[in-house]
Amino acid sequence: MNVIIMGCGRVGARLAGILDSEGHKVTILDTDPYSFRRIPPNFAGEALIGSGTDEDALKKAGIEEADIFIAVTQGDNRNVMATQIAKHIFNVPRGICRIYDPIREEMYRELGLETISPTKVGAQLLRGVIGG
Amino acid sequence: MYVVVVGGGEVGHYLARILLSDGHEVLVLEKERRRTEFAAEELGEVIVRGDGCEARTLEEVGTGRADMLIAVTGDDEDNLVACQVAKHKFNVPRTIARIKNPRHRLLFEKLGVDATVSSTELILAHIERELPSHCLIPLLKLRGGELAMIEVKIVPGSRTVGRRLGDFRLPEKSLISLIIGKDKDPQIPTPDTILEEGDQIVALTRSGDEDALRVALTGLG
Repeated sequence: MNVIIMGCGRVGARLAGILDSEGHKVTILDTDPYSFRRIPPNFAGEALIGSGTDEDALKKAGIEEADIFIAVTQGDNRNVMATQIAKHIFNVPRGICRIYDPIREEMYRELGLETISPTKVGAQLLRGVIGG
Repeated sequence: MYVVVVGGGEVGHYLARILLSDGHEVLVLEKERRRTEFAAEELGEVIVRGDGCEARTLEEVGTGRADMLIAVTGDDEDNLVACQVAKHKFNVPRTIARIKNPRHRLLFEKLGVDATVSSTELILAHIERELPSHCLIPLLKLRGGELAMIEVKIVPGSRTVGRRLGDFRLPEKSLISLIIGKDKDPQIPTPDTILEEGDQIVALTRSGDEDALRVALTGLG
């Protein structure tokens, strides 16, 4: 699979490492090259400086051949916009998007994005750990 | 009309002032405390601190009964999300977004934002107008961006000076609407109109054909 990840934070870098080790073709984008220090040393994919809301940067990252676009920057709105560009301008088959705000997360799921709210998931996990 | 404005910076502040003086009911949402306090000195209770991309905040200010939401923060992504939440959660009939990156216009329109205003394009158009050598000025986008109204200046050196308008081959669906001569009154052009140096031509064309029309009218490649 051709995967583009936007945002090279802890989650983005780790996910890039996992997918890469499984043999997928991974390109990771971030506006700050310093964030690339998080990428595992044996990563065979590509790391590009650029914004996922910029069509030129997305083209450079190979968006036209991508099977999946994943947005995991710190900004909910940036993630939402980039994923919608991937889906609606470049017709990427799957767009996955991290949205912290649970209300916005539900709305964009209804609008056809695959969404994950770490707020919801985290709270549920913690609730499970507490037990009882 | 009840209008919710998202973003209380310069644009939001002045927009609220205009809407209020036109007699509309207005509410401005601004995320930052300092900006909110600054604008509140003049606007009073019309400005409220809050994130206009959050459904809960929008609900609190009664977005459900708003006739229009205008998102004018400095971030394209925030403006997009505010408009989408307004449309999908609150069925606001009309949403308008400010955009910085002109290339985002298509995305916004595809995603249901009713109108976009690109501050970058507006500023560039105004600066271009002041450049003496520049002969193409975008004026307006019509019919959802499908048509463009432009101004073409017949600058010195244009190869078309002295020629009849009827002899020109213009891009398909182009329409010359108005000619403003240097020292003459504006006139509706006919095929017999002769172009002169200094003429300003106001024309309508399909988006994407602007430069072809400029080339046709000036003879300059």
